[in-house]
Amino acid sequence: MRSLAPILTVLAAIVALWYAGTVRLNAQWTYDQAARAGVEVTFRELLADTMAQERPVLPAPHQVAQGLWDGVFGQKPSSKRSLVYHGQVTLSATLVGFVIGTLAGILLAVGIVHNRAMDLSVMPWAIASQTIPILAIAPMVIVVLASIGVTGLLPKAVISAYLSFFPVVVGMVKGLRSPDAMQLDLLRTYSASPAATFWKLRLPASMPYLFASLKVSVAASLVGAIVGELPAGASAGLGARLLSGSYYGQTIQIWAALFAAAILAAGLVTVIGVIERGTLRRMGMDR
Amino acid sequence: MKDTAGIATPVIEAKGMGLTFETNDGPVHALKDVNLTVGKGEFVSFIGPSGCGKTTFLRAIAALEHPTEGTLTVNGMTPDAARQARAYGYVFQAAGLYPWRTIAGNIRLPLEIMGFSRDEQEERVERVLALVDLDGFGRKFPWQLSGGMQQRASIARALAFDADILLMDEPFGALDEIVRDRLNEEVLKLWARTEKTIGFVTHSIPEAVYLSTRIVVMSPRPGRITDVIESPLPKDRPLDIRDSPEFIAIAHRVREGLRAGHGDEV
Repeated sequence: MRSLAPILTVLAAIVALWYAGTVRLNAQWTYDQAARAGVEVTFRELLADTMAQERPVLPAPHQVAQGLWDGVFGQKPSSKRSLVYHGQVTLSATLVGFVIGTLAGILLAVGIVHNRAMDLSVMPWAIASQTIPILAIAPMVIVVLASIGVTGLLPKAVISAYLSFFPVVVGMVKGLRSPDAMQLDLLRTYSASPAATFWKLRLPASMPYLFASLKVSVAASLVGAIVGELPAGASAGLGARLLSGSYYGQTIQIWAALFAAAILAAGLVTVIGVIERGTLRRMGMDR
Repeated sequence: MKDTAGIATPVIEAKGMGLTFETNDGPVHALKDVNLTVGKGEFVSFIGPSGCGKTTFLRAIAALEHPTEGTLTVNGMTPDAARQARAYGYVFQAAGLYPWRTIAGNIRLPLEIMGFSRDEQEERVERVLALVDLDGFGRKFPWQLSGGMQQRASIARALAFDADILLMDEPFGALDEIVRDRLNEEVLKLWARTEKTIGFVTHSIPEAVYLSTRIVVMSPRPGRITDVIESPLPKDRPLDIRDSPEFIAIAHRVREGLRAGHGDEV
């Protein structure tokens, strides 16, 4: 682990800055309280108070860690206060959305590479789709789907797929087009069919591009699922946890949910990375 | 020019063939009035400066380009029909092996596409690996082999489906002199053993003279044949034949031909 020292240094710097920010941002509340009670606060008391408030402007790192620990290990996994419960609700929508988005992305890319009309028409729409703020689209998706009786996991998965198909399209179009003229000419000398060209050359050549895209798109899927939980006032999921935290000024809950989402995303990207390494190694392309 | 003397079975026959590319800057005459007949078992080199159309001619034989004037036949058929009939194997400038396939997997590629049975695929892979002296390397991935070995594997790939014609487009252009000499020797041995008809594009005069039974000298603007030289060298050619007076005489004639076709630019 030669890279551990720099990582820890950066982490330590962030934590130090965070603590400084905690003191600075939460001090006002402490001073107000003291003024109301008609007492003076020493610097020592100020430090202690700013890091232990119930609804701080910025919770201290150890408070967030405590909240996270509590949410994950301090509750029964089936409890509504458990981050494991909310995490798995969001995760299932994320995974379904990721699968839909990836398949849609691959299909679109195959169409773009093989069909001239799609080549000319699809990409601008795909790009336009990503310029629309997801927060604006999400409520409409949920309302429209609810009106035809689709509720629960699927609407969230659709929003998740909406965000995740795009990196896959871009990566796969590039990947499927990565074989050079010489490699294509070689297959022509064998009178290879377009299907053979696809399965034997284009698809394997696109694998490194696909995995790079999947790492981006799985993280986007998670964002999509969380955003999908916000407008519906969902009762479960990390998004719902964020929302209820903000209703009640539970800043520690918000930060704990945010970190839970970040850890989940990191975990998902790591899993894709492991699959990537395994696949490329089997293909002899892992150097 | 006419050139039909002493040829029993024409394998490749071009008559008044021309090929013009339409580009944004107007038409480019890649080839003009090419007449050439290549007989079975010949080793014909095409030599000339860049832009002389030597690669274009080879690609036309392979139906990768299509003549715009005159006729071109391969085994008496159109190049497209000949390709369908698996008339030729093509070796490109770069080995172009698929990095995700082993050497054996790469050689198997045309066999899979052409629908050979599994057993036959294995048998053929073994046979052509031996032919290019790569026995035992079938399980290696391309990056584990040197550039020269990779190019040998790509020759094996072109030989795997038993085409009668082998078309090679500057196959050793990217390799160093020593490896190149060695591969030239091997190509001659291969040719002697398999009795294929070989079309070989090069811009090296010694390579062309050493390998060929006939040398086709070409010149650019428009691409055309300026000289066809029959080699008097014996079929069995050790490397030191290159110091013999006959060899030097042919090399001299090729050089003269290139200079004549190219004005004072050579």
